[in-house]
Amino acid sequence: MSNAEKLKKAVAYVVLSLLVFLCLFFFYCLVINATRSHPEISKGFSFIPGKSFGTNLHNVLNNKNLPVVQGIMNSLIIAGSSAILSVYVSAMTAYGIHAYEFKLRKTIYLFIILIMMIPTQVTTLGFLRLINAMNLMDNFIPLILPSMAAPVVFYFMVSYFESNLPLEIVESARIDGSNEFYTFNFIVLPIVKPALAVQGIFGFVASWNNYFVPSLVLKSNSRKTLPILIAQLRSADFLKFDMGQVYMLITIAIIPVAIIYLCLSKFIIGGVTAGSVKG
Amino acid sequence: MVKEKKAKTRKKVSYAKWGYIFLIPFFATYSIFSLIPLINTFYNSLFENYRSGLTHIGPNFVGFQNYISIFQSDLLKYFGNTMILWVIGFVPQIIISLILAVWFADFRMKLRGSAFFKTIIYLPNVIMAASFAMLIFALFSDNGPMNNLLMKAGMSDEPIRFLATVWGTRGLIGLMNFMMWFGNTTILLMAAIMGVDASLFEAASIDGAKSLQIFTKVTMPIIRPIFVYVLITSMIGGLQMFDVPQVLTNAQGTPDRTSMTLIMFLNNHLYSKNYGMAGALSVILFIITAVLSLFVFFILTNSGDKKGGR
Amino acid sequence: MKKKVVSGLLCAVMVASLTAGCGAKSTQTQETTKGSTTETTSKEAEAKKEEPGKEGKVINIYVWNDEFKARYEDYYASKLPAGYTVNFVTTPSENNAYQNALDEALLNQADAKADDKVDMFLVEADYILKYVNSDSTLDLKEIGITDQDMSKQYDYTKVIAQDTKGAQKGISWQGCPGLYIYRRSIAKDVLGTDDPAEVQKAINDWDSFDKTAAKMKDKGYYMVSGFDDTYRTFSNNVSSPWVNGDKVVIDPKIEKWIEQTKNYTDKGYNQKTVLWAAEWASGQGPDSKVFGYFMPAWGVDFVMAKNSLAKAEADGGKQEAGNGTFGDWAATIGPESYNWGGTWLCAAAGTDNADIVADIMKTICTDDATMKKIVEEKNDFVNNKTVMEALAKSDYKSEFLGGQNPLQMYCDAAEKIDMSKISPYDQGLNESIQTAMHDYFNGTVDKDTAMKNFYTSLKEKYPELKTE
Repeated sequence: MSNAEKLKKAVAYVVLSLLVFLCLFFFYCLVINATRSHPEISKGFSFIPGKSFGTNLHNVLNNKNLPVVQGIMNSLIIAGSSAILSVYVSAMTAYGIHAYEFKLRKTIYLFIILIMMIPTQVTTLGFLRLINAMNLMDNFIPLILPSMAAPVVFYFMVSYFESNLPLEIVESARIDGSNEFYTFNFIVLPIVKPALAVQGIFGFVASWNNYFVPSLVLKSNSRKTLPILIAQLRSADFLKFDMGQVYMLITIAIIPVAIIYLCLSKFIIGGVTAGSVKG
Repeated sequence: MVKEKKAKTRKKVSYAKWGYIFLIPFFATYSIFSLIPLINTFYNSLFENYRSGLTHIGPNFVGFQNYISIFQSDLLKYFGNTMILWVIGFVPQIIISLILAVWFADFRMKLRGSAFFKTIIYLPNVIMAASFAMLIFALFSDNGPMNNLLMKAGMSDEPIRFLATVWGTRGLIGLMNFMMWFGNTTILLMAAIMGVDASLFEAASIDGAKSLQIFTKVTMPIIRPIFVYVLITSMIGGLQMFDVPQVLTNAQGTPDRTSMTLIMFLNNHLYSKNYGMAGALSVILFIITAVLSLFVFFILTNSGDKKGGR
Repeated sequence: MKKKVVSGLLCAVMVASLTAGCGAKSTQTQETTKGSTTETTSKEAEAKKEEPGKEGKVINIYVWNDEFKARYEDYYASKLPAGYTVNFVTTPSENNAYQNALDEALLNQADAKADDKVDMFLVEADYILKYVNSDSTLDLKEIGITDQDMSKQYDYTKVIAQDTKGAQKGISWQGCPGLYIYRRSIAKDVLGTDDPAEVQKAINDWDSFDKTAAKMKDKGYYMVSGFDDTYRTFSNNVSSPWVNGDKVVIDPKIEKWIEQTKNYTDKGYNQKTVLWAAEWASGQGPDSKVFGYFMPAWGVDFVMAKNSLAKAEADGGKQEAGNGTFGDWAATIGPESYNWGGTWLCAAAGTDNADIVADIMKTICTDDATMKKIVEEKNDFVNNKTVMEALAKSDYKSEFLGGQNPLQMYCDAAEKIDMSKISPYDQGLNESIQTAMHDYFNGTVDKDTAMKNFYTSLKEKYPELKTE
């Protein structure tokens, strides 16, 4: 190895270590704060753990007005279903555009690219009125179903199909007598599994952390998701206001996502790579 | 032979309908949950329609009065803020991500523990933006650890009041967006680079190409579609920026409304239940985003793009 | 192999969430169809559920946090007639979510099923008039709460909840008069005495307050912590409401706050903190150079007492003199009387459980025995002159205030508070002016720009208001 290459490698390690330090640093701060009591936190920051971890955890889990476990379940249901639906339907839509010839194909493709740009907040007003009219307030449906139309995921899937799904595979499946849905579900989807996984986890995280629309839709305590509960804890009255609990709940909210991500990361990172190499 | 021919003719004749069938779920959902609300929003923008206390004012038809009011406000300033905030975060993000992606994909470098690095850098993305903003706020407050550090290191005699200065606030917002998204971008770009046939790199390096040349001549052209994807999605994200500045500045866009983004501006109208103004602002936002994104999309994909045209 | 395990896990998780999702969805669909089925069936359902009459058995109370819920559970829950349930609908106040939810519910009140109707809701001083002046609140006389019932309450708590015609639309169990709470050791160092009566002389009006501030500065102390500390003492004592007709008026008192705070900031009389920030809180702890804070009773007992400790309770520290600044404080009236905080109960128009609502109000807000218990057990300053005056004359001692009995001062302050000059827009206007002026105090912008930003944010909040 030449000196220049050694130097390059050294630089790479320094930069990477720095970035990793930064990334982990924020988690460290979060966990540290979760171990400190409210007065300690309100007095200032510290890098040394406090002794209130147990107290904070106990307070959060036993808060009568804050159904944390239920909140985790609600968040899991909403984020899980919307991630799956968005990935599946987007793949289906992308496949429709990719694999078939039809008159409006180009127009539709452009249309979806165009609507991809519309900020979600723009439609919020009308959306709320609509679900109010449909009697779907305080219900998970308006938080799950709309994820089926996810233009960004669609766009990614189309790009992925372009490079990773030779149409010959589809042709040969047809020759073997496979019908179109069967081909899509059992031949095409397995091939693009890595892309599904990546978009799935992105979608899951986005939905898991979403506060804006859920806070406007969900009303009853037993239906609320974690971000709403965190907001609720943050606006507690002065007697109950406890930053230790807030940080504890934030930590709790991160754990499931972090676990899912860590379990899948090898699969995702490896999968994307393997998938791309084929193309 | 015969069979194959048959299949081809069949495809031309009857498979087109399947294209439409596969699009049904998407469009059904989109029409109900996005198109109807969107049209409703457009319609609303032509009315004076808001709540004063518990009394509802309007709806009274006012034509384009709401649009005029919006253009008379500081819309351009907020657009500028939004773009600045996005650029501050995006420029370092794309540079670092490209470098990391090249490193990770470079087999000759044989980076140890790259799986570990790849995993960790994505992690900040799982923190809720609002929570992240809370942490940053605590870290960079006047008596916060950052100031303690700076003062102990003798770099400053007095605490630096980051959030009281325009560029302090903007810089922190940029930093957070960078932290949250560079891992994601790296993974996407890396995937694209790894898709490149390794022999191409080898051939190039045998020909004596320098790293930089390999990057500009070989890597960049190939990863272009994903690069465009990253750029466009990031731009959309940037235009929709809301949570981070909202929480960091307590919804005020302080100081001097210089970190007020377009969506925060929209949120102010939603907050006061001003359907008319919020509707008009939404329409304007829609047009801005559409024009900008289509522009970028066509510039970047125009040459050599076969998509949709096949 | 590993890969398979991982992907298996992925599938398991996703399947689990999917099935869970489906389950939840199907039950919800059933529920929604129930809600939206034809009139006859819903009538049948209602008829089945409720026996004679239209009254539902669920009392819905809209709140933004658990404070009142705790009072309710400790002091009323046992009195609730059998068969009834009380349902607290909690929406955090963050981002105005509470008022949005409440407004939505109140506007749909007529169409709501008996068990979904809002029966009672809570409001804060800053936006109480929005509800008091609307048809969504009931005159308390209509549900049987008389002037006699409220005769022991502090006047300002009643005046604030009266509509333009003088009808009483809200009632509170607390009073939140504020005092100036100062550090005894700093007073001795600078003023030569820590006696509240003597210290009061040094801060009896704003001119002497300014002079004392200069003395504090000379000795290296800060008179107040930051920008917002004196705000309420000014905004509570304005000569006219924020809004006259539909025109925003900047009161001389507000001007005075701006001028004074800018002056204090430039001269270094404050630490440039913002209310509730970590720096603001640590100013109440050890090693602090801040002379004093404007605080109501709850702020002293629940905020300052905790912040003052050097060794937190979680680490085994105790709330006792010698731990941090605990016990090194004293209370005095300060330049002006003011109110900070408080929660009012309103009966919603269209309630189907008016009797119970009235009974809850009477018990918690007017009953001497209950209110005395609230003081003893919860340390609230209750809205009952008889109870508070009696305690003021008792041997009550505050350890935090170095053995002082501040209750008489609180009572006197409560009598002097005048909240007649509030407007329905106070919440938004108070928030906006403080935010806008912070930039001016920090020197980021000049005063005209700050004012411009204030007006801009008003236009967003209240399109109907005219500025200048």
